[in-house]
Amino acid sequence: MKKWLKLSLWIVLIVLVGIQFVPVQRDEIEPVTNADFIEHYESPIVIGNIIRASCYDCHSNQSKYPWYSNVQPIGWLLQNHISEGKSELNLSEFGNLSNRMKRMKINSIISQIADDKMPLPSYVLMHSDAKLDSLKKAHLVSYFDSILVDIDR
Amino acid sequence: MKKSNSILTLALVAGLSFSLLACGNSKSTDHNDDNTEHDHSGIDHAAEHKMPDGSVVETSENKSISQLIDQYLVIKNALVQDDSRAAASAGQKLAETSSSIDLNTFEASKQSEIKEILEVVKEHGEHIAKSEIAHQREHFEGMTKDFMDILAITGTDRTLYQQYCPMYNKNKGGYWLSDSQEIKNPLFGSKMLTCGSVKETISMK
Repeated sequence: MKKWLKLSLWIVLIVLVGIQFVPVQRDEIEPVTNADFIEHYESPIVIGNIIRASCYDCHSNQSKYPWYSNVQPIGWLLQNHISEGKSELNLSEFGNLSNRMKRMKINSIISQIADDKMPLPSYVLMHSDAKLDSLKKAHLVSYFDSILVDIDR
Repeated sequence: MKKSNSILTLALVAGLSFSLLACGNSKSTDHNDDNTEHDHSGIDHAAEHKMPDGSVVETSENKSISQLIDQYLVIKNALVQDDSRAAASAGQKLAETSSSIDLNTFEASKQSEIKEILEVVKEHGEHIAKSEIAHQREHFEGMTKDFMDILAITGTDRTLYQQYCPMYNKNKGGYWLSDSQEIKNPLFGSKMLTCGSVKETISMK
């Protein structure tokens, strides 16, 4: 029994070390364009800062990767979140969407924030500055509401 | 044992829906062929008869749109019965249908707006396909407006009722479309089955 346990621990260790040598795939940081949400709507600085801190790591072309993204399999998990996040909503390209799509995306943003679904709890755990307290939440929601009105005009 | 069972059913359902889809596709390509022929024969034709002959154009447009409406109504009925799984599979179909619709079957001037609507409907469908029921309801309510808009452009071969429940979304209210006048609330399901009233009747002239 003991022998068996020892062997499996070794196997796990070897696999863990082995996967560190798999080349890392990352999204490059791209320059900010006019299509960027914050640029596009000329968001107030305070709002822009909240959005950047809470959303941009997974929903823009300016993801900042933490040091532990170099440790697998954590890095894969992160990359997975980022790819998924960007395919759902890429704020760097928001200005290119049709008004109808913008409206839909903003409605989803509002409900995700209001229901505490976003930012992801696991993300907030590692990025305390991304946490949305009730004041920030209220701020953001009313800001996004005002954007909705803006689009409909 | 249970697991393998569910995998089996999944595979079966997938197979079935694929075969259904395959049928659907071959049919719709047939339609498209018809339509393109139509186009060749009548570029001037269409321009000449635009208004008086409108109904002819509309019937050919309606085919793909009524498929969309059918899937919308399947989702609606599933949500009325609090059946998240049925709504999810219909959402998947809705997403597939909305991306397979051939824009060339519509008048050129309408194409860009229809394209935008279909893109949004596709996303709503995808979300309905993978979400829990509260989120499915949000997307269902959200796309009701898009359906209203596309129906306003293309017209429809059936009578639909726009219905409204003022209590949805923390009393902000929510709309949906139904093919029956009777209120069966998809936004609340069994919790508040009869909340709502008919706001508008949509039918083809």
